[in-house]
Amino acid sequence: MLRDAVRSVTALLLLTVLCGGAYPLVVWGVGRVAFHDAATGSLVRADGRVVGSRLIGQEFTSDRYLQGRPSAVGYAADAAGSGGTNLGPNSREQADAVAELRARVAAREGVDPARVPVDLVTASASGLDPDISEAAALIQVPRVARARGLPEGEVRDLVTAHVDGPVLGVLGSRHVRVLEVNLALDRLR
Amino acid sequence: MPELAFPVILVALAVAAAWPLSWWLERVYAGRTGVLGRVLGPAERGAYRLLRTDPGREHGWAAYARCVLLFSAACFLLLCLLQRLQAHLPLNPDGLGAVSPAPAFNTAASFVTNTNWQGYVPEQTMSQLIQMAGLSVQNFVSAAVGMAVAVALVRGIARSRSGTVGNFWADLVRGTLYVLVPICLAIAVVLVGRGAVMTFGGTETVTTLDGGTQHIARGPFAAQEAVKQLGTNGGGTFNANSAHPLSNPTALTNLLANWALLVVPFAFAFTYGRMVGRRREGVAILAAMLILLGAGLTTALVAEHHATPALAAAGYDGAPNMEGKEQRFTVDEAVTWSVTTTGTSTGAVNSMHDSYTATAGGVQMAMMLLGEVAPGGVGAGLYGMLLFVLVAVFVGGLMIGRTPELLGKRIGSREVRLALLGVLVMPVGFLLCVAVAAATGAGTAGPLNAGPHGFSEILYAFASAWNNNGSAFAGLSANTDFYDLMLGVAMLIGRFGVIVPVLALAGALAGQQRRPQGPGTMPSSSPVFVALLVGTVLLVGALSFFPALALGPFAEALTGRLY
Repeated sequence: MLRDAVRSVTALLLLTVLCGGAYPLVVWGVGRVAFHDAATGSLVRADGRVVGSRLIGQEFTSDRYLQGRPSAVGYAADAAGSGGTNLGPNSREQADAVAELRARVAAREGVDPARVPVDLVTASASGLDPDISEAAALIQVPRVARARGLPEGEVRDLVTAHVDGPVLGVLGSRHVRVLEVNLALDRLR
Repeated sequence: MPELAFPVILVALAVAAAWPLSWWLERVYAGRTGVLGRVLGPAERGAYRLLRTDPGREHGWAAYARCVLLFSAACFLLLCLLQRLQAHLPLNPDGLGAVSPAPAFNTAASFVTNTNWQGYVPEQTMSQLIQMAGLSVQNFVSAAVGMAVAVALVRGIARSRSGTVGNFWADLVRGTLYVLVPICLAIAVVLVGRGAVMTFGGTETVTTLDGGTQHIARGPFAAQEAVKQLGTNGGGTFNANSAHPLSNPTALTNLLANWALLVVPFAFAFTYGRMVGRRREGVAILAAMLILLGAGLTTALVAEHHATPALAAAGYDGAPNMEGKEQRFTVDEAVTWSVTTTGTSTGAVNSMHDSYTATAGGVQMAMMLLGEVAPGGVGAGLYGMLLFVLVAVFVGGLMIGRTPELLGKRIGSREVRLALLGVLVMPVGFLLCVAVAAATGAGTAGPLNAGPHGFSEILYAFASAWNNNGSAFAGLSANTDFYDLMLGVAMLIGRFGVIVPVLALAGALAGQQRRPQGPGTMPSSSPVFVALLVGTVLLVGALSFFPALALGPFAEALTGRLY
C-alpha cells in the first residue's frame, strides 16, 4: 500500500516532467522557430501599433466599417473572456433580441428586414467570431461606401476579394473576414 | 442527404487511421515498441527504475485497482494544491489569485476523472502553470488510466487461468510515452502552424481599429488543445473552448481536432479484436458503436437545419440555427462535433450546446446517457461497451436456453452482477442527483433559461458529470458550492464506481479456464449479435431515462411556445 503510494507520487512527478514540461516546451519551440507569428496570436499591426489579432473579431460601431456578428462578451472589451449567450431554443429573450436587432440592422443598411442574414442577428459561440457570411457583408457595402465617399463598386470588389472558403470545396463555410476587410478599407486612403 | 457529407468524411478518416493505430496499441501494451522503443526505451526503463517496478511482474485485479486509485488520488491532491497555491507560483503573468475551495475540488475531480467539466472561466481563473503542469498533465494521464483499465479488462477476457491482469505502472507509462505524446506532438505542431496560440506571453490588451479596447487572452495553449482532443478530455484553456479562434482557427484545424477525438476510441475496438485473437470481434464492437453514433448524427443534423421556435418567432423560419455557432464552420461541422464530442466523453465544444434546437440538444444528452459507448472515451468507451456485451451475451443466452459464454468464458452470476453494477451505477446516481437539484432552491437557482429548457440545463449537467463527458448547457450557473460539490462527487463515482467493477470483472474472467466453443455457442461477432448489443444499450438507456428526458428536451421539442 505504502509502496504503491510512493510509486503514485513518483509516477505523477515523472509524467509531469514529460507531459507538462518537455512536451509543451517542444511544441512551443517549434512554434517559435517555424510559426512565430501564428504561435503568438496572429497579431496585426496598423501604423506601427498592434490593433488586434487577425483571427479575432472586433466590435465595430462606426459607419465607415463593416460590422461583425453580435457578441455575448462584447468582443472581450472589458476583460479577457469568450462565450455565447446560452439562450435556449424556446427563449423569448432571444426571440425579442433577434427581432429588435433585425429591425435595427435593416434600418442601418436601408434594406428590407427579410434581407438581413441570420448570422448578423445571432450571437456567435466564442463572442469573438471574426467572420460573417458573404450576404451579410454585401448588404453593408452601400452604407460603408457612402460613409467613406467611395464608389460602391470599389468597396464591393474589396469585400469579394476577402471571401474565404470552403477549403477543398468541403471544409468550412464561405465567409468574409471582417477585420481584414476593414484594414484594407483603411489602407485605401 | 448533403448534411452527411462532412460526418461521413470525418468518420471514414478516423476509421482508416484507427486500424493501424490498433496494431500499434496491441504491440505497445505487450511491451513490443519497435523503432520508437529504441528512441524512447531509455526513458521508459529509467521510469521503471525510479518506480522500482518490473514491467514483467504483473498484478492481480485488486492490486491493479489499488494502483489506479492511489495514482488518481495523488493526481487529485496535486491539482488541489496547485490551485490553492496559484498566487505564489510562477508562470502567472496575469496575476491570478488562489482558486476557492469548492471550485478547486470540482476542477481536481473533473480533470482526474477525464471529465474536464469546467465550472470556471479559464481565462480569468487558471494561470499558465496550472494549465500546463496541472490540467494538461491530467489530460494525458487520466486518458492513459482509462486506456490501461480497458487493456486490463481485455487481458482478462483473452487469458486463461491467469491470476494477473497486467502491471499498471507499465501500462500507464507505455500508453503515455508511446501513444499519446507522439500523436499529440504531431497534432499540436499543425495546430500552431494554423494559428492556435502557443506563447508564454500573457493577455495582450490592444486598442481596436474603431478605437475600442480588446483583451486578447494568450498562453501556451496549442499543446493542451491537442491532448484535450486526442485523450477525449475536452477541458480547454478558453471559456468558449474550441469555438475560440485562437484554439480552433480554421476549418482544417476543426477537421483535425474532431478526427483526434474519434481515432483512439475507434482503435480500441479493433485492438480488442486483435488482443483476443479474433479481429471480427473488434469489428462487431465498432459496428455497434457506429450504428449508435450514426443514428445520433443523422437526427441532430436534420434537426439543426431548422430554425428554433425563438428564431422562427423573430422571422427566421427557414434559416439554419446560427445562435451559438461560429461563421467559419458550417452548421454540419458544428453539429458533427457536438454529437461526436458527447458520444466520446470528450466534451470539448466548437459551438454552444445550450442554444441548439431541442432535438439536437436531446441527442447530445442521449449520446452521454447511453453510457458513453458510442464510441466513448479513450479506453472507457471500450470497457463500457464490453459491460454491455456481457449483459447482451447473458440476455441472449437466456433467450436461446444456453449457458451464456463470451469467447469461451462462462458469464455466470458473479460476472453478470459485476457488469450490471458497472452499467447501473450511472443511471441510479444521475437520477438521484437530478431529483435533488430539481427539488432544492440551490439546484433550481442554477438554470439561465426558463421553462423546460431550464430543466434540460440541469439534466445536461448531471448527464455530463456522471458520464465523465464535461460539456455543458453552459447557461447553468454551475460555479456555486451546490453544483461544485454535487457534480464533483458525481464525476468521481461515475469514473471509479465503474472502473473498480470493471477490474474485478477482469480478474474474474482472467481466472477462468477458456472452454472450447461448441456448435451451441452464440457467436459474438455476427450481425445478429451486433443488433442485440445495440438493442441492449438502447433498452437500458430508454428504460432509465425516458421519464426524465420527457420533461426536458422532449417537452421542448413538442412545443413551439416561448418561455
